[in-house]
Amino acid sequence: MSRVLRCHPGIGPKVEGEALVASDNFSARYDLDRIKGVFSRPAHKLFGESYRNKILVLNTAKGGVASAWMLREMLQSGVTPKALVFNTVNTILAQGAAFAGLTMVDRFDCADVTKEISSGDLIEVDPSEGYVRISLRSR
Amino acid sequence: MKLDDETEAMLAGEHGAVRRWAVEHQVMVGRFFDAVDLVPVGQAHIMADTEATGPTGVDFMEELARAPHADRKVKIPTITDPRGVDFKAYERLKQTQSMVDLEARLIKAFEALGVLMTNTCINYQTILPPVRGEHLAFGDTGVVIYSNSVLGARSNFEGGPSALAAALTGRTPRYGYHLDEKRVGTLHFELKHQPTDLSDWGALGGIVGRKTDSYWRVPVITGLERAPNSDELKHFGAAAASFGSVALFHIPGVTPEAPDLHAAFNGGAVPAAEPITADDFDAFYEGYAARGDKVDVVVFSAPQLSLLEMEQVATLMDGRRVHPDTTLMAVTSPEIKAASDRMGLTRRIEAAGGLVLEGVCFYQSYAREMAEANGWSRLVTNSAKLVNIIGGYGYKPTLATMERCVESACAGKVS
Repeated sequence: MSRVLRCHPGIGPKVEGEALVASDNFSARYDLDRIKGVFSRPAHKLFGESYRNKILVLNTAKGGVASAWMLREMLQSGVTPKALVFNTVNTILAQGAAFAGLTMVDRFDCADVTKEISSGDLIEVDPSEGYVRISLRSR
Repeated sequence: MKLDDETEAMLAGEHGAVRRWAVEHQVMVGRFFDAVDLVPVGQAHIMADTEATGPTGVDFMEELARAPHADRKVKIPTITDPRGVDFKAYERLKQTQSMVDLEARLIKAFEALGVLMTNTCINYQTILPPVRGEHLAFGDTGVVIYSNSVLGARSNFEGGPSALAAALTGRTPRYGYHLDEKRVGTLHFELKHQPTDLSDWGALGGIVGRKTDSYWRVPVITGLERAPNSDELKHFGAAAASFGSVALFHIPGVTPEAPDLHAAFNGGAVPAAEPITADDFDAFYEGYAARGDKVDVVVFSAPQLSLLEMEQVATLMDGRRVHPDTTLMAVTSPEIKAASDRMGLTRRIEAAGGLVLEGVCFYQSYAREMAEANGWSRLVTNSAKLVNIIGGYGYKPTLATMERCVESACAGKVS
């Protein structure tokens, strides 16, 4: 049976895809090899994992002001996650998602969204209605 | 969101496609953060080095620059953060012609919008310092935290596109640090050890930043035995913002919104203080230690140096000589570079074998490519912000006092 997690209304179009989940944070500038489309910071829990076309589910977005430009650059290069799902974001990532038109949501009614969704789950993200639906469990 | 008539007209496209894009962007961001309206802002400060924008960001800016003059001109004074390339020094640093060409295209596009190319992250020391209560749309996290905390102005971290949107509309969504209720202290730290050197202030910012670890928390710091100066708070704030995404702090008796401890928490309960001890400082430095290692590059940057810091570097280098296998650079704003030239500071640093760069900042200047082209690995700096960032660019960073940085540069190894 599908499960729905409510969140704050977000940014970008409704999308469906495979989740890639970790209890860790996100910075476009410091965590990613944006050419290869993999997590490149050795200390990151998703180190070596490809984020291309995945829906990233992480704790919080960090990093400096540069990330605001970088999401659009990633989207235009085609090497990009399909959507970003966070417990909370800082202003820069929200501005960057708005500039890029990349789907992003945060502020869930559960304590920790990274505990509710598992890598490999098929999920649907609807920013205008403010929910994430887990359509198919991976396990 | 409630929009005034002029903003509605911009949104309807009556002021051209550029301003329509700007308002659409602001409404999207404003709704995300539950802003009730837009607030007029006095200045915008844009981070847009080509390493951050990438070629697609340059294309975007050039498209705006092709709009009719009346449609594309910024509405408020708009200034810029450091660039990626110092046109006078790029060859010596082995930066490429393609970096220079991309940077030149971006500068031309900004100038077509009426943006002032200040190329600085110390505008609060050198251009027009913000005033308490003034609403702003500032990029660069170090600029925002200083303006909010030390000067009592009001800005969120505005990424390049959002600062640009504010420049074009003269407004920004009213959320986060524009609101009174978000500016109240939430954490309390008490110093049990006094910082002395600028690198200590950066280390303190790093310690507080790591413990705060959120854009939405406001640390309050007590236990200082004297009021810090502007450069000390510059290093503290830049590091707190870099390590913890922190945008506002209060120091009771020092910063304007906290005349005393109770005011820092808006009269509410004062949380128990978490002590910051000499051991915390030692552990912080230990995380970036490397005695005896060969030093490839010594960097004074992040934030750019004030005139007083330039003088301190020059004085430490008088009569010394940088090791032939080591590069030392002092990085500052165009205004301070001109003043340093005039007062002989540049000449003194160069006479000792150092480089003085203007209008850039080390980590925004294709640091990864410079490392590869120059064979650089071990970097020594007195900037805690820089040691936090630069590991991600393939460097091994060491944090040291300004004096030890100069010693290391002259010895060619970490002293």
